[in-house]
Amino acid sequence: MSDDPKRPRTGEGELDRRSLLISGGLTTMAAVSAAAAGSSTGFVERLLRKRFVELSPERKAEILADLEREYSEQYDRDVTVTDTPPLDGVEFGYGLDIARCIGCRRCVYGCVHENNQSRDPQIHWIRVLRMEKEQGIELTESNAYYEPEEVPEADAFYLPVACQQCRKPACVKVCPVKATWQEPDGIVVIDSDWCIGCRCCMSACPYGARHFNWRDPSIASEALNPDTHYLGNRPRPRGVVEKCTFCIQRTREGRYPACVEICPVGARKFGNLLDEDSEMRYLLREKRVFVLKEELNTRPRFYYFYAT
Amino acid sequence: MDRLDTPNDDGSESRKLLPGSSSLALLLIVFLALSLLTLLTIMKGGAGQVADDAGGTQAFSPADFPDIEFDRELLPEVAAAGTSDPEGIFRVRQPLAYEDYFPCTDCHADMEVNRERRELEEMHDDIVLDHGPKERWCFDCHNPDDRDSLRLANGTLIGFDESYRLCGQCHGTIYRDWRQGIHGRREGYWNGAKSYLLCAHCHNPHAPRFQPIKPLPPPVRPQFLSVSKEAEAHDE
Amino acid sequence: MLKNTIDFVTGSARLALRGNRWYFAWIGLLGVLILWGATAWWQQITNGLIVTNMRDQVSWAFYIGNFTFLVGVAAAAVMLVIPAYIYDWKPIKEIAIFGELLAVSAIVMCMLFVLVDVGRPDRVWHLMPFVGSLNLPSSLLGWDVLVLNLYLVLNLVIVVHLLYTAYHRRPYRRGFVVPLLLLSIPAAVGIHTVTAFVYAGTAARPFWNAAILAPRFLASAFCSGPAILLILFQILRKTTSIKIKDEAIWKIAELMAYAMFLNLFLFGAEIFKEYYSDTHHLIHTQYLYSGIHGHDALVPYAWGSLACSVIAFLLFLFPATRRNFVTLNLGCLLIYTGVYIEKGMALVIPGMTPDTLGEFYEYVPTLSEVGVGAGIFATGFLIFTVLCKIAIPIIQESQSPGVEATQEDALRS
Repeated sequence: MSDDPKRPRTGEGELDRRSLLISGGLTTMAAVSAAAAGSSTGFVERLLRKRFVELSPERKAEILADLEREYSEQYDRDVTVTDTPPLDGVEFGYGLDIARCIGCRRCVYGCVHENNQSRDPQIHWIRVLRMEKEQGIELTESNAYYEPEEVPEADAFYLPVACQQCRKPACVKVCPVKATWQEPDGIVVIDSDWCIGCRCCMSACPYGARHFNWRDPSIASEALNPDTHYLGNRPRPRGVVEKCTFCIQRTREGRYPACVEICPVGARKFGNLLDEDSEMRYLLREKRVFVLKEELNTRPRFYYFYAT
Repeated sequence: MDRLDTPNDDGSESRKLLPGSSSLALLLIVFLALSLLTLLTIMKGGAGQVADDAGGTQAFSPADFPDIEFDRELLPEVAAAGTSDPEGIFRVRQPLAYEDYFPCTDCHADMEVNRERRELEEMHDDIVLDHGPKERWCFDCHNPDDRDSLRLANGTLIGFDESYRLCGQCHGTIYRDWRQGIHGRREGYWNGAKSYLLCAHCHNPHAPRFQPIKPLPPPVRPQFLSVSKEAEAHDE
Repeated sequence: MLKNTIDFVTGSARLALRGNRWYFAWIGLLGVLILWGATAWWQQITNGLIVTNMRDQVSWAFYIGNFTFLVGVAAAAVMLVIPAYIYDWKPIKEIAIFGELLAVSAIVMCMLFVLVDVGRPDRVWHLMPFVGSLNLPSSLLGWDVLVLNLYLVLNLVIVVHLLYTAYHRRPYRRGFVVPLLLLSIPAAVGIHTVTAFVYAGTAARPFWNAAILAPRFLASAFCSGPAILLILFQILRKTTSIKIKDEAIWKIAELMAYAMFLNLFLFGAEIFKEYYSDTHHLIHTQYLYSGIHGHDALVPYAWGSLACSVIAFLLFLFPATRRNFVTLNLGCLLIYTGVYIEKGMALVIPGMTPDTLGEFYEYVPTLSEVGVGAGIFATGFLIFTVLCKIAIPIIQESQSPGVEATQEDALRS
């Protein structure tokens, strides 16, 4: 909620023109409807809002407060919505040790628990692919629906895939309305109050990391994680795209992402790529890593490695 | 503009094409019928059939797994230090051995040391040694003279809470990775205090291979994304 | 001026509201389909896109497939007939306006298909330049929105000007129309090329990520767009008093034969490259033509489409069959079917099957999607019908002896 000079990076001129265009009768309408609805953000006003990153700090604070009120009412418990800015000198990186991963899917459900994905229809940000050891990494032969009694299986290894937080994200460049962008700390985020749901980004993402709310998402009130970030795990509306944000609500506060902490085998690593002493830099120095689909030149910040 | 109200479509002009026109009508009808038939055939098939036993038909949520601790509390020291102490590294929980038997001297103090390699019968019979060479025996690691400590190869005695030093004697590269946070779990702050586990928390030192576990269920297949879909889509 | 405009509008409305019972039966049929579509869309609005069979694995499907096909129709309908204005080839020139009308209708359908496909129709204003936040120059869908709207406006202006002047029995202003027509040629190429680039720019989907895609789009559009026009011409001259010369139809058919050859050639080039190099990327083509692991929902349609295209090409290749209206019409329907499958479902679906992580989800549309699609097509036909209903009498009136008689006679000789 703080005033952060780094964040808004969009053309100011555009903003003015729009304000001019919209600030006519429509604002009056908005005010009237807001008054009628008894809240400070009426339907019309929200409908005609600007992109979040273009808003003034005061307006942002208002919107966050409105969202907190709305979610708290909807879920009948105290929900906080922050917009914690990126930390200086931080670029996040992720490491996943596929020699360790046993395919237990603790991360998948841990992620859902933390990030308030819809339970039904189900949305999973992490997809764990079972690969035949004999085949190596062969996506078209992989299976995400394995359910043996126990894992790991003797003839298989597992490749969990989520957003790779690319340095050159294909999803961002195709978005027709600038509803998704890359933050200075490398996290690719979506403003789910701006997304129009055209799903261009889903076509463009080579990693199947983007997911669509095909109907109203459902989360039981007691299952909701009330600590949310505007660009991350706050409850999403229907008809928009969502994705992994490296647990932006946690990692910008210094915490590890939820999937890192839940992994029973410690296969998941996380750290600051700009800090020479970080786990990630050690990993890149000492281990051999690879990225998925490197031929597409998306340059992921998500590294797979074999620790042993 | 009154003269053009009704299109005149009988007989007067361009009638030389009449055969073509009626054939066109016929063609169009056949075409429409075929399209409709095709469409119905496609939709009757339904989206990608899946074998009944293929899994991924039901939506599970984290709440379905009460045994799994999704909201792990941080160690109090870690939570207190937060991001203010980047060097602060704390071990989580006490060594497992403390929970069951410790201190070992409660029993072993008065017992005579039996150095013979044998099958344990009265106590510790649950321990199956499956760790490296067959010749492995208790006193490779445990200190026969004071059971509350472990013994390194060079004779140094260490506590159970430093057991990683013992493991590190053989598993040097993993030990090094573990110290850097690359092997094993860490919890807390990536830029601050964090806790991690001892080797023995995950690997039973007597049979260190990681034990298989039951995986959580697969995601819902796209064909079954919403269980209540049929009810709502009343055109189906 | 104002009086003239009002006169034009009311006159047009009067024309649209009059007709024999066949006209109203047709309008009624379209109305029913539109109603069905509207109901289905309302259901989609209230429940979300879950009522479709689109899922994360296949996130674009029936709607976007139809959109792609119709962009081709819109582009080709104009591209084929406007050269007539520039070269003043009378037989086609007389009917060029129908190309424009078809383009207008097709573009409206395109926009409707995009509208029903987005998850948040309430936010489509975000796409408006200046008012919203159109992501130019990097988003190709952004460009597509821009060129489609430009193209729609362009065609509407031309059509309205032609009709307006004809209505008032004045010759159209060449200095105004011809530059716009000239501009609409690159615009027509533009809408189809940009739409192709939306796909071709997607490195994540190797099936689309081919340089040949845009040329293939254009070639196939030159087949399907005129095919529709030829059929419509015959219906129009049967059901109305408009005169459309056989030469015009045959000329267009001849042009279509070239386009069909080019389309098949480009297709062959792509097939060769895919199968001979036999890389990982082949899997999408294989899914389309032979099925993989029993996933073969599209196979009959893929082969059917190819067969249609080949037979239609042969029918159009030989002047004897091209000039026989029975075989000509058969060819038109075949090529329409062939391209509709090829540029609709058989482009979008295999591009996404298997998905980027190798999962096979076999998409087929739901009744809901088909309903919405039918409604949109009916809307397009309705627009076209009404526009024709207005245009035909006006044009005939203006062409009747006395107005442009001298010009007409001069050209006819």
